[in-house]
Amino acid sequence: MSQDSDTLLLANVSRRHFLQGLAAGGALVIAARWDLALAEEDKEYGADAMPHGWVDDPNVFIRIDTDGTVTITNHRSEMGQGIRTSLVMVAADELGADWDRVRVEQAPGDEEKYGNQNTDGSRSMRHWFDPMRRSAAAARTMLERAAAERWQVPVGECRAEVHVVRHEPSGRELGFGELAAAARELPVPDRKELVLKSPDEWRFIGRETGPSRHARGFEVERPLAIDGKAIVSGEAAYGADIVLDDMVFATVARAPAYGATVKAVDDAETRGMPGVLDVIRIEGTGQPAGFKPLGGVAVVAENTWAAIEGRKALAIEWDFGPAGDNASYDSVAYKEMLETASRSPGKKIRDRGDIERALSEASNVVEATYYMPHMAQAPMEPPVAIARIVDGKAEVWAPVQNPQATREGVAERLGIDFEDVTVNVTLLGGGFGRKSKPDFVFEAVDLSKALDGRPVRVQWTREDDLHHTYFHAVSVERLDAGLDDGGKVTGWRHRTLSPSISSLFQEDPEHKAGFELGMGFNTMPFDIPAIRLENPEAPAHVRIGWFRSVYNLPHAFSIQSFAAELAAAAGRDHRDFLLELLGPPREIDPRKLGDEWNYGENPALYPIDIARMRKVIETATEAAGWGREMPPGRGLGLAMHHSFASYTAVVLDVGVDDDGNVTVHNADIAFDCGPQVNPERIRSQLEGACVMGIGIALQSEISFAEGRVQQDNFHQYLIPRMAQAPRAVRVHLIEPAEDAELGGVGEPGLPPVPPALCNAIHAATGKRIRQLPVGDQLAG
Amino acid sequence: MISLTINGEKHELDVPDGMPLLWALRDVVGLRGTKFGCGMSLCGACTVHLDGQATRSCVTPVSQAAGKSVTTIEAMGDDAVGRRVQQAWLDLGVAQCGYCQGGQIMTATALLKNNPAPDRQEIRDAMNGNLCRCGTYNRIEQAVDRAAQEPREEGQA
Repeated sequence: MSQDSDTLLLANVSRRHFLQGLAAGGALVIAARWDLALAEEDKEYGADAMPHGWVDDPNVFIRIDTDGTVTITNHRSEMGQGIRTSLVMVAADELGADWDRVRVEQAPGDEEKYGNQNTDGSRSMRHWFDPMRRSAAAARTMLERAAAERWQVPVGECRAEVHVVRHEPSGRELGFGELAAAARELPVPDRKELVLKSPDEWRFIGRETGPSRHARGFEVERPLAIDGKAIVSGEAAYGADIVLDDMVFATVARAPAYGATVKAVDDAETRGMPGVLDVIRIEGTGQPAGFKPLGGVAVVAENTWAAIEGRKALAIEWDFGPAGDNASYDSVAYKEMLETASRSPGKKIRDRGDIERALSEASNVVEATYYMPHMAQAPMEPPVAIARIVDGKAEVWAPVQNPQATREGVAERLGIDFEDVTVNVTLLGGGFGRKSKPDFVFEAVDLSKALDGRPVRVQWTREDDLHHTYFHAVSVERLDAGLDDGGKVTGWRHRTLSPSISSLFQEDPEHKAGFELGMGFNTMPFDIPAIRLENPEAPAHVRIGWFRSVYNLPHAFSIQSFAAELAAAAGRDHRDFLLELLGPPREIDPRKLGDEWNYGENPALYPIDIARMRKVIETATEAAGWGREMPPGRGLGLAMHHSFASYTAVVLDVGVDDDGNVTVHNADIAFDCGPQVNPERIRSQLEGACVMGIGIALQSEISFAEGRVQQDNFHQYLIPRMAQAPRAVRVHLIEPAEDAELGGVGEPGLPPVPPALCNAIHAATGKRIRQLPVGDQLAG
Repeated sequence: MISLTINGEKHELDVPDGMPLLWALRDVVGLRGTKFGCGMSLCGACTVHLDGQATRSCVTPVSQAAGKSVTTIEAMGDDAVGRRVQQAWLDLGVAQCGYCQGGQIMTATALLKNNPAPDRQEIRDAMNGNLCRCGTYNRIEQAVDRAAQEPREEGQA
């Protein structure tokens, strides 16, 4: 085995040093080591703690054909975050593959084989960088050993270069394809024998953009998105692009209120319509709904259009009895109820010092109540799924974030063995949390069963999506704080009120679960003598579900807006005040703040790091020219938030015209996710999160009256268009500290954007927005 | 029977007159690069060219396309402007999930055919009807600009 200064032997170092970012001039350098004994010890964290954990068997993820084609299996769902490209980059780099000869294959749902596949929580790279590298290093080692055997030379003289193994003393080479058959027969090397590449050997990992000169002297192009060509030519296959022989098309009329059921249906007109084949009831499964279908009436037809038209002609009488008070759910009344409840104490979450005394003795008490409405994820591809049942075996094709849960659910619904279910994961036309709930797949399965196994494609319309998604939780956040004569914050009280996602799976707890509080509420890092955090009750009346960055949204919106309000009350510069609230650089154990969750990560490796918070704030404000004179009607707004093990600060340069129209001129985003594997895709995630966050602040709202969603389509549920996009977005990636671990990327860019925008609006106009969306609040 | 030309080929479709062109393309002809996003001409994922004009196929009854020429994303590679737009999309890594991008490219290509040198505001105005939930707008804007610049740069070379 080759050992030189470029390679790091596995050493008995703490797991803290699994990934070491070393300052060496590049955008990123990571040295990788791992220690199995410690990995065992830390079993309850990170990928180790996920259902089915991780797998690093090269035979599972990497196949090399005799023609030299390298096929990498990607087992995480691709929804725009670029994981099919980025994970393949990791494997191809460690293997030494020529990018042009690498293919990607999407794994079906099978966690026993692949390890955890639940693509949410911004975990894919955080949990799979190491196992994927080890898989590829093992495959490379097998190729080197096969070559050594062929040449009858010591394996230490054989080294994988780009798609060949080279015998260094003689200069002989054998291609990966020529070695594939022999390598496949070899035993998989023990993890302890693997030598991982050092960062300066990487050709793809951490490379920023465009051609770059590799340390060893050859030109490489940053790998283009692996699905890029298929996407721009219309060939990429999403859920609705799968076609099976004899397939029929269905739409489903679902109950307008959560829990309502079908009392009676008159389908005579529908059945007489051209193209309509059948009308089938789908049984509702009551509350809590979990991932089960809502139930309703399906129209099965020869094509999608006939199914849509046929559904319009159904006359359905709903039974609202089972929905209980969900049937009268009114989001305006609910907001008022939460606001009232926010004035009384709630379940105590964190308590430091004497808050009552701090507030009563303060020379200035500031209070504010913030509101964020329900929202729909609204991926551009509405939910869609195809199912068929053949000889008691079910097969589905669907854009799902959680193929394992989908497979388990299908097996349970049909009463068949898990092994008799196949879940094929298509590309997702956006996910944002919607497609972590596979209810739409189970509708297709129910219908296929009713049609003796015939292939059925269930297509949700946009109206279905907005009416029946799992909604982002509505929230009221009430804060009050005391300032002393010097403008220092002496007491901070925060009450958070939101229905819980737990209400999907159990009797409604009416309180937030630990993981929900841990999304920026109890982890609030400010260094204030008296802190009281409370969580009064908030019942759920609709299906509540994950939405990109989840409860971080209302927590960041309220905390980061309120910090700006306090700065204004104290007559201080917002940035300086925010840095002062954070206090000196230090690492905080999240458990000391009452957060046992920490996004599933080991608090010793992933503490709350104040230095990193300060750094992103300083970087973003510096880039934006914080403190400069702004023209009238223009202002800079700042917000920072820590989530999914990463740190984001955003400064928006915003103009508000006389009619109250908001223009975002510039966005400066500083982002620290630790080591950066695919910086270009990281930038794209931050750019996209910025646009989505602007939409959340300005426009997006789902409201309810009599239990029904009041928005039908994109003319009423407004999501950002190009007009709302910043004129320029600049993403500043922070060079990782030496001991930095991989953080999340997909979600942490979102939470600070709405408060940054509202803080900028305040700077531009003096108007403080506490209720989202902004809508027409700035008009006139 | 409705006769129309799709990507240069004549088709006779036996579908109801009112069926939107989107569903005729996807479910009957089998061209699935054109996407369903809203069904109300609000998102642009279904954009095709009808006699060269960017058209929302989800609200265009197939009967309105009778006798006309329909071009879809699948044929953009055969079109000089379309190919340039596709290349700019790849060069700048525009796509995230990619679902809307076929429609974006169709709108962008129609823009450049009508106005080969749009300024940034013209690009923003032309693209404003196409939604992208991933929020790739800044790169879309840059990619359209890049595709517009390229022939001029080639001319200078």
